[in-house]
Amino acid sequence: MVDELLFFMEVLVGGLLAGTMYSLVALGFVLIFKASATFNFSQGAMVFFSVLAFCGFMQDFNIPFVLAFILAALLMVVVGLCTERLVLRPLMNASEDTVLMATIGLGYVLEGLAQAAWGVEVRRLDLGIGDFPVPWIADNLKLFISALDITAGLVAAIMIIGLFLLFKYTKIGLGLRAVADDAGAASSIGIPLKHIMLLVWSAAGVVALVAGCMWGARAGVQFALVDLALKALPVLIIGGFSSIPGAIIGGLIIGAVEKVLEVYIGPFFGGAIEGWAPYVLAIFFLLYRPEGLFGEKIIRRV
Amino acid sequence: MKPVFMTYTKKDLINLAVCMFLSVLIIPTFITTEYWYTSILIPWLCLALATIGQQIVMGYTGQLALGAAGFMAAGAFAMFNLILRVPDLGFVGSLIVSGLIAAAFGILFGLPSLKVRGIYLMVATLASQFFIIWMIDKFGWFKNYDSSGIITAQDIVILGKPFTTPLAMYFVCLAVTTVLTLLAMNMARGSTGRNWMAVRDMDIAAESMGVSLLRTKVQAFAISAFYCGVAGALFAFCYLKSLEPVAFDIKLSFKILFMCILGGLGTINGAFIGAAFILLFPVLLNAIGNNVFHGAIDATIISSIEQVIFGGLMIIFMIYEPLGMAKLWENLKVSLKSKLSSSGTKSLKSSAQKSE
Repeated sequence: MVDELLFFMEVLVGGLLAGTMYSLVALGFVLIFKASATFNFSQGAMVFFSVLAFCGFMQDFNIPFVLAFILAALLMVVVGLCTERLVLRPLMNASEDTVLMATIGLGYVLEGLAQAAWGVEVRRLDLGIGDFPVPWIADNLKLFISALDITAGLVAAIMIIGLFLLFKYTKIGLGLRAVADDAGAASSIGIPLKHIMLLVWSAAGVVALVAGCMWGARAGVQFALVDLALKALPVLIIGGFSSIPGAIIGGLIIGAVEKVLEVYIGPFFGGAIEGWAPYVLAIFFLLYRPEGLFGEKIIRRV
Repeated sequence: MKPVFMTYTKKDLINLAVCMFLSVLIIPTFITTEYWYTSILIPWLCLALATIGQQIVMGYTGQLALGAAGFMAAGAFAMFNLILRVPDLGFVGSLIVSGLIAAAFGILFGLPSLKVRGIYLMVATLASQFFIIWMIDKFGWFKNYDSSGIITAQDIVILGKPFTTPLAMYFVCLAVTTVLTLLAMNMARGSTGRNWMAVRDMDIAAESMGVSLLRTKVQAFAISAFYCGVAGALFAFCYLKSLEPVAFDIKLSFKILFMCILGGLGTINGAFIGAAFILLFPVLLNAIGNNVFHGAIDATIISSIEQVIFGGLMIIFMIYEPLGMAKLWENLKVSLKSKLSSSGTKSLKSSAQKSE
């Protein structure tokens, strides 16, 4: 009985920590959605693009780790700048769906560029953190939990706190919230809309890079990351599109539920139900609480 | 609601006659290489049919859906099982029934559209994509307990006659596509299509005008899935000649989405234009890579460039012409016509002046 409970705890904790990885991807979506009510479908591609560039800098040009990270982050700022100039500004007054489709196109562009520049083979990314159980926890608590999962959890926590402080207590954060509330009104009282957009897209780019590092260290830096990042969508639906804590909680729920289902129910159906379970869970949430756990209620007028 | 069979205008009949003339007489006479049938014309017709399905739900009803490939897989595997287990049904019967099975899935996964829209709906329809592929993959019955993962599709036999040559398969695809395209045009023009468009343009307003959202949306999803299912069955039986769930992955869904958007949302001819473009452009790029650069560019780089161009075009179209290539074609026709007519009036004028 104790063993079973321990095993359940292990599955649960493993799932929760793996869920923080989804949260990290979802965070990038939320940042952009919060500031511009734009749904950035290319966030997954940004994850892939940034971490592939990071790997490329390190492995093809032998640039040291920290410098490569900074370069990749700068690259994401450039991507943000180009996106703002070339995609978002011309589509300023277009409908939500149009912008969404344009970001699907943007995702394609980023995926293609990344593969054209750095090749299509799977790259290994070594962060110096192993994807194996931490001995200390295994000995004392009898839980087998990967060091990488714990790191991802910590990184996610730090980013959340950082972003929370940024949004709550800085002038930039105030500007961001104002733009999110009503872009037109914000720009009429002198908040530079362009700078805000650039800032948000760059921040989302850096978040994508961090998320990509975590995923890359686990699964290898490869195209499949884009599909993995799609799982951030159910996370967002559960957490709400405009809530940073929502992204975290949503990620935790998805991570835990999919792991528990996979381990306890999966074997009856031949496994691999984690491929669709998050989406079905999202549908149930949509039916009962379309705005998500923490999202703002959507009110539409004729 | 009475069945819609709009009276065709003279222009429609001429268009139909020209298309039929081209596809039934000209193409089979002048194109004799098998490559054109097996790798271009047949997949083009199949994918265009699937794109019409996507158009119905996305272009006409305005519901962002991203699960076309899932419904195609449902149609393809339903077809395989029907031919295997209910041989009496015949090819055409099986095709219709497999379309109906796909439509049932469409209704099931279209239900969330009653509550949500936009990106929310996209996620809900992604569930269908992943679920259907998983279901086929994990339950051996659908694959007749074949362990190799790839099943060979049965030969197409209609009324005792085998249709196995590329040309014959082309005619099968052509016949099905023609019938379904005509039906789609009818629906789009009639009250069914008007309801769809009313829901697309403003669902709340449509509802207050007495259009039943439940009925309209579910109908659109069902018909869309029917088209995708039939297209998937044809795709597997005429083009791939094999059945494997991997062939209907999320990438194919995105491809069909691109065909739909680049071709022109809310147009039937856009489906054909978009499918042709997405299908032919990589062929063109490869040809350029092989003939101009003599294979100096790696094939993977070419496919990456192709992705960049598709994505870039998507952005450009969204900015400058959200109605896609069908609209460009329309504009071209209009400007040509006005040029012709203005030059016509000019020549009339000049001749009039001369006579003076």
